[in-house]
Amino acid sequence: MTLLSVRDLTKHFPIKRGIFGQVSGQVRAVDGVSFDVAAGETLALVGESGCGKSTTGRAVLRLIEPTSGSVQFDGNDVLSLGAGDLRRLRRKMQIVFQDPFSSLNPRMSIGAIVREGLTIHGLAEGAAADARVNQLLEEVGLRPEYASRSPHEFSGGQRQRVGIARALSVEPTFIVCDEPVSALDVSVQAQVVNLLQDLQRDRGLAYLFIAHDLSVVEHIANRVAVMYLGHIVELAAVDDLYGTPIMPYTQALLSAVPAPDPGVKRERILLAGDVPSPANPPSGCVFHPRCQHPARDAACATIVPPLEEKAPGHWAACIKQPPTTVSWEAQKEAGGTNPPDFFLPRAALHRSVDATTAH
Amino acid sequence: MTPPLLEIDNLHTFFYTDNGVARSVDGVSLHVDAGETVGVVGESGCGKSVTALSILRLIRPPGRIEAGSAIRFEGKDLLTLDDKAIRQVRGNRIAMVFQEPMTALNPVFTVGDQIAEVARIHAGMSKRDAMAKAIEMLRLVGIPAPEQRAYEYPHQLSGGMRQRVVIAMALVMNPALVIADEPTTALDVTIQAQILELLADLTRRLGTSILLITHDLGVVAENCSRVVVMYAGEVVEEATTPDLFAHPHHPYTEGLLGAMPKVGGTAERLATIPGTVPPPTVWPAGCRFRERCAYAWDRCATEHPPLYQIAEGHVSRCHLAAEPERRAHPHQPIAAQPGVTAA
Repeated sequence: MTLLSVRDLTKHFPIKRGIFGQVSGQVRAVDGVSFDVAAGETLALVGESGCGKSTTGRAVLRLIEPTSGSVQFDGNDVLSLGAGDLRRLRRKMQIVFQDPFSSLNPRMSIGAIVREGLTIHGLAEGAAADARVNQLLEEVGLRPEYASRSPHEFSGGQRQRVGIARALSVEPTFIVCDEPVSALDVSVQAQVVNLLQDLQRDRGLAYLFIAHDLSVVEHIANRVAVMYLGHIVELAAVDDLYGTPIMPYTQALLSAVPAPDPGVKRERILLAGDVPSPANPPSGCVFHPRCQHPARDAACATIVPPLEEKAPGHWAACIKQPPTTVSWEAQKEAGGTNPPDFFLPRAALHRSVDATTAH
Repeated sequence: MTPPLLEIDNLHTFFYTDNGVARSVDGVSLHVDAGETVGVVGESGCGKSVTALSILRLIRPPGRIEAGSAIRFEGKDLLTLDDKAIRQVRGNRIAMVFQEPMTALNPVFTVGDQIAEVARIHAGMSKRDAMAKAIEMLRLVGIPAPEQRAYEYPHQLSGGMRQRVVIAMALVMNPALVIADEPTTALDVTIQAQILELLADLTRRLGTSILLITHDLGVVAENCSRVVVMYAGEVVEEATTPDLFAHPHHPYTEGLLGAMPKVGGTAERLATIPGTVPPPTVWPAGCRFRERCAYAWDRCATEHPPLYQIAEGHVSRCHLAAEPERRAHPHQPIAAQPGVTAA
């Protein structure tokens, strides 16, 4: 069952110049993003800094007002809701932030932090609220006696548990996890990842899991969407995406992850240069200046590739990767010289890893 | 046998804080041979960065390198050099690359000026020669159009470019040793791959030794020939990279390897290390990892384990080396037992 449905979501930030604040341009942080999240599933949004993944997560919850698009959550049109209705709906959609140091109010006890949502939404008061707070703390692996302590008395991992308890307090069905483990050490990161998985299993939560660490994502996600410069360039089930990535960008991204196994020598695809500025994105396919697709040609710089289903459940945005709905005539008109039957073979990163470890 | 390029011998670096004496580095010994890349891994607070800063004597009060420590480099004990002599070593024979390239560069000077400054101070070059040297260094680290980039300010460059500038600055004097403290932690994976490739290429071409400090075992696996694992201010295991990954001995190393999700891995749940690193003011007696360890027994509570020799070039600070049969009987670590809060 589809819980969240996002269509053509965009967020442009104006660039203001001079003392009168004239708008001189737009940073296209999120530029036409569409995806669904089913109840109880984890959809991961991955990409490098500045690709718009965090902005997408916040725009879905309207913590940042999107420029255009539509967001349907559990039968509600999120973007047209008034303030009161939105607040009521937020009970069902929560967020866990990246930085466990700045996302907790240092003047409040952790008990008060977890309790705040219960009060605001009128879910529990007095002794009932205390009992609920204790139960939540226990559920995330913190002692209830700690309820009266301040955030600074806790380690990063413990604080992240407080942030999770706060999100859980209002019994949401959907949580945006915005880089929830990036600030944590490896051993603590594993504890928090396991906690998030246990909670999902016990409560049927759906996660939009925003991360740049591809090994954590492979572990936790059901489906993965890869973002580049405000666009989703590939979206597939986790095994398909990691096993047979289609987009040259995804292939480069996956090949760049250092393998914690000295026996594996993977063919690394090094991308030249840096990600261009989202204030001045390349024309056509945003990835074309760095693309190593053998069929790349002038058409890539002109035609904006649609996100198409290239294999069952495997979506990618590339006009050189058949089957494509962009006709060869249209590509020729845009300066194309390579018909789209000459395509990049889908890489099989996993198989190469397995083959080397088997020896 | 030639002596190692760098030899840290029984280093103690303590910080005298209001909360007591933090024994951040508590008896660390390690060495780096010429042309070798050695990894130092561990989690936050294990003392790996303080070890790196101690080598160049960049420890400020309330921190202090204690008597009895020695750091031998190219036949000199760096800890006994006077201020003038240590400045001859810094940036000249040993250079440092820091984690955050934005804060490591001065925002009000062009990157060319900052690289040229190194050449002017250490090699006494004229302004013009130094600038030419800066441009040559920028070209060496793969910055396109170095003649223009040299006249730009740090904020005009991307994170990956800035880190290349920092590396260029470190290499001006062709140092024998580069200490890289989490050089890629602030960068995206594709940029990290570029920077690590650059460092590997430079060691091949210039023969520079690298002491690579990181928390990422993946980075170590691909770049280092030898690994030193630190925990709670001490070296707990040291081995060649293939040996460490194939046969980790110390339960902490085992835990670190198990806690990392692997691309291509299929494990349902990640292995975890329960509990957290104790604060450096109150390291536990006996084995410092005992409360988080699934094998600990009474001996671990009282007797501080020495570095046992496990194999040729492989040492481990764990009593399991003396009583290996205990590995067959893991139990619930103290830190994971009911009533003790997880991290």
